Formats: sequence, structure tokens, C-alpha cells
Amino acid sequence: MALPAYASPTERLWHGVYLIVCTCVFLFLVAPILVIIPLSFSSEPWFTYPLPGLSLRWYQDFFLNERWRIAIDNSLIIAISSTLLATLLGTLAALGLSRGNIPLRGLIMGILISPMIVPVVITAVAMYFGYALVGLTDSYLGVILAHTALATPFVVITVTATLTSFDRSLIRAAAGLGAPPSMAFRKVMLPLIAPGVISGALFAFFTSWDEVVVVLFLGSPEQRTLPRQMFSGIREQISPTITAAATFLVVLSALLMLALELLRRRSERLRGMRG
Amino acid sequence: MTTRVDFKAKNGEATKGELALPETAAKAPAVVLIQEWWGVDDHIRSILTRLASAGFLAVAPDLYDGEVVPISNEPRASERMNTLDWGRAIAQIDKGPWKEAFVAVDPVWGELDFWRVLERSSHKLTTFYLLSALDLRYDSSGHVAKTFPDQAIFLDVYGRTLLISFLVTAATLLLGYPIAHLLATLPKRTSNLLMILVLLPFSTSILVRTTAWVVLLQTNGLINDLLVWIGVLSERVQLIYNRGGTILAMTHIQLPFTVLPIYSVMKTISPTHMRAARSLGAGPFYAFWRVYVPQTLPGVGAGCLLTFILCLGYYITPALVGGPLDQMVSYFVALYTNRELNWGMASALGAMLLAVTLVFYVIFNRVIGIDKMKLG
Repeated sequence: MALPAYASPTERLWHGVYLIVCTCVFLFLVAPILVIIPLSFSSEPWFTYPLPGLSLRWYQDFFLNERWRIAIDNSLIIAISSTLLATLLGTLAALGLSRGNIPLRGLIMGILISPMIVPVVITAVAMYFGYALVGLTDSYLGVILAHTALATPFVVITVTATLTSFDRSLIRAAAGLGAPPSMAFRKVMLPLIAPGVISGALFAFFTSWDEVVVVLFLGSPEQRTLPRQMFSGIREQISPTITAAATFLVVLSALLMLALELLRRRSERLRGMRG
Repeated sequence: MTTRVDFKAKNGEATKGELALPETAAKAPAVVLIQEWWGVDDHIRSILTRLASAGFLAVAPDLYDGEVVPISNEPRASERMNTLDWGRAIAQIDKGPWKEAFVAVDPVWGELDFWRVLERSSHKLTTFYLLSALDLRYDSSGHVAKTFPDQAIFLDVYGRTLLISFLVTAATLLLGYPIAHLLATLPKRTSNLLMILVLLPFSTSILVRTTAWVVLLQTNGLINDLLVWIGVLSERVQLIYNRGGTILAMTHIQLPFTVLPIYSVMKTISPTHMRAARSLGAGPFYAFWRVYVPQTLPGVGAGCLLTFILCLGYYITPALVGGPLDQMVSYFVALYTNRELNWGMASALGAMLLAVTLVFYVIFNRVIGIDKMKLG
């Protein structure tokens, strides 16, 4: 923000203070993340600057050590499965709820979104007791279903947001031109709401990918995911392999951000096309 | 060894029982053993045998007429016990007065408190865990009272949870407000670039950010290195596993959650308002405080409520960065579920946390509306 020309010297001084404060806060936000990235390339197992030397040994450990390998595989299996389920269920829920004539819409929406707000430990305990009754604890299916429940709200929210700007007369136009409902959905509606669905799916993927509390409750060592492995790694003995894992995850989330930004632009363009 | 015997109940009815005789004395004191709800099973027989080897004549009247409910079939046992003909059963157990007999076995049977405890525990539902979760208990007269001071920990835990959440919320507001303002007032190109600095941490896993803080705050960690190098500290200090470290790490994680709603509200405020205020003679601070700040309050409310609600449920970060006295309610829910296996307590604590969270959720929903929340 540029200062107006009539600013007094005191005001200029305060403006300087304000800019310094902002710089510090931005540093506070990114420095911790940026600082651990170089540490993952350190040749020695302690966390000091300047780096004693460069090495890829922690990445070698991360990608080749069986414990980490299994954790990566588990995370991928669980995240992909729950993303598919959550995207399907969340999109259907959003489509249904966006019709005007749904009774108790607010209540249903509130319940669907509650896993985002309810402390995850409570969700995890409830699932632990509930899934124990039907024998789903300590199983992949249990963790996948639990992550689906946690991830669905993100899909519901993104798709609902996209649907608010969706012009329903397009469906009527398609129907008028002879398209059966399923075809109108596939050829007209889905391409237009696709950015919302895909960004919902990305959020769902990262919800599951980052999730550790539910895995701690519901999973056995067999379902050990990447965050779970990191969690016990930090608790027991913090090794630089964890910084390699962290760097790997930072790169992934940067990619996620990029993907979401591209989707947002595309969605804006589609909206612009209509307007 | 026990033997099946037939005898006559007090009401004259023929009944059966299990009898164990002591090996030594022919005339021995007798113990009437009352079966559990499973019936006269191997367990009861083994106790009869033990009583007999201790020199008692031990007899267990079979109140179920020979039926033994398998230990896995709790519903059947419950059904069997609840449909028991007590008049008949008492006749089978034979004669009183029981009070003296019970008291003779253990004086505790003569105390009213003991029976109160039995009475309270005999219901399907109990308020015991919920009361314990509020540091309350039943006193000897059956009234709700404060629990013993050495067991009263939970009110402290709620207080701590609220305090940490409040401090983190305040810290995020304090740090977040200026940068939200900067982001909202800078030209689009620059602000988009700076936005990355907010969004990158936002989209990075909580575990990664917690790892970063663990690495930084360690006694051999970088912050200590830096402080010693600058000369602020003469020797390394413990920065981690305490309240300060917990609040610092949580503030870092929650900052984007507070910033983004404030930013999106500030974005809609036209800069002409400030210019108008200035041109009408308001000083820069007066104009900012009376014209700009009130317009940002919806965003401040949304951001702070969101952060506060999310903070209430924190588990991972305090568990990794905090010390024993910085653990919040979630930690105890997890502890009672996974380690102590006290599920009643876990559920009661969870219910308390949920209730508090829902109160704030309802406020949030009223004030902001959850379905207006936007992602990305």
C-alpha cells in the first residue's frame, strides 16, 4: 500500500514499522518450512547450519527403506481409494442439496460438514467404537471409509460453490434438444462443474494423505501411513529421514497449490464464457 | 472337589446345590456362596473348593436349576438374572438374618455407602464418567460433590485447552491482521506473490510443520544456535516441550486460517472510505480505527472463531511439541482410548469437548454460515 502524498513524517515512520512487522510475519510463516528443506540434503545426521556437506542419503533411506516404502504405498492406496469414494459421494450430495426443494437442507449440510469442525480425535474415537462393532478396525477398509467421511465435506463444499454459479437452464436446453438426463449430465453439466469436482478431489486426497489421528486409532501397524510413520519418527528419534519425508510432502503440497490455482483460473474462464 | 446335592428349600421345595466339604473337620463353619449371573459354573465350583480347603463347609444353591450360561452370552445371563424369581431364590438360599451374616463376613456390608455404590453401579446407564470428567463424584451420602483434590485434573485440562486456544487465536489475530491488510491493499501482482507465502504453509501438512518446529526448537536446534550466536543467550535453553513452544507451533499452523477470512473481507473494502475519512479531517489512526477496522469485523470474527474451534481439538502438535502440562482435552481422549482402555472416561471427555466445540460451531454457523465457507 503506497502512502498518500499528504502523509506526515510520523505516519511514514509508522508505515515503515508496519512493513517491517509484515515482513517478519511472512518470514515466520515460511521460514520453518524453508529451513528444514536444506537439512534433508545434509550429509550428517544432525540439524545444523552451515551444512557439513551435501548428500542424498536421507532420500535414499526414505525411498528405499522398507518401513518408509510401505508407508508411502499405504498412504497412496488409502488416499486414492478414499478420494474416489469421497468425490463420488460428495458430488452426489452437493448435486442433491443444490436442488431447491430439499427439506432440512441446513441440517443435512451441517451434518455432512461436521467432520471438518468436530475435533478429529472425537471422530476417531467414535469411529473406533463404531467400527469395532462390525469388525472394521485394523483393516484397510476401515481406514479408507473413515478417511472418506473426513474428506467428503471438502468435496461437498467445493462442488456446492461451483453449482451456485451453474446455470440450470443449460440442462433444460439440453433436455429440450433431446438429451436424456444422463447424457445432459455427462455432456453439459459435468464438464462445467469439473473444476469444482477436481479441486474437491484434490482436497479430499490431501485430507487423507495428511491424516494421522484416525490412522492412530483405527489402523494396525499394517496400515501404517506416511504421516503415521512421521509421527512415531518424531516421537521416538528424530532422524533426518523425516526432513526428507517433509520435503517430499512440501513439494507435493506446492504442486497441489499450483493445480488448484490452475483449476480456479479455468473455472473463472468457463464462467466468463457464459457471462 | 464339589458334589451335587439335593436339599429342601425353606419353603419346602426340593432344590439342588453344589457342596464342598472340608477334608479335616466333620463339623465346620458353613459358607453359603451365591452364584454369579452365569449360574453355578466352574468358577463357582472352584471357589467352593477353595473355601473347603480353607476349612469351610461351602454350599452354592443353584438358583438357575442347573443352567450354566456361557460366559460369552452376556444377554442371556442378564435375561436369566433379571427374570429370576427372587422369592424362590431367597427361599433356596435359606434362612436369615442375612445382615448379621453378611457383616460377619466383612464389616463393609454393614455400611450404607457400600450399598449405595452397588445401587449406582447396578444401572445400565451411569453418570459416573460424565461426573468424573467434570471432576465430580458422589459423596458418601449420594450427593454430587467435588472429587478428591489429587484426582481432580480435568477442569484444569479444559481451562488449559481454552486458554491455549484463546492465546493462539489472539496471537494469530495480532500477527495476521497486518499481513491481511497488506495483502488486501497491495497491487494484485505483488499481493498474489505474497499470497503464496501464506498458502504454501496453509497447504503443507500439519505434521511437516510440526516437524519443522521440533527441529527448530530442539536444545541443539537452529533457534538456539541463532540466539547463542547473536549473543542473546549465553547458553542453550529448553525451548521445546513447554507451553511457549506449543503456542508458537500452533500459532504458525493456524495463522493462515485466521488471515484468509480477514483478507477476503478486507478485499471488499473500498480504499475511498479511508480517503474520505482523512479528507474530513480524521487523523490516520482515528480514520483507521473508526472507519476501517469496524468494516473488517465480520472477517475478524470468522477467522478467529474458525481458529478457536480448530484449536480446541488440537492433538498432534501439543503431543509432539508440548510437555506433560500442555496436553489438551484431545490428548486425554486418545490416552483413555488407546493406552488406559477406559472407554467410559474417553467418551465422557470426548462428549465434553464436543459440547464445547458445538457451542462455538453453532455461533459460527449463525454468524457466518458454514456453507458460505470457501476453499481454494
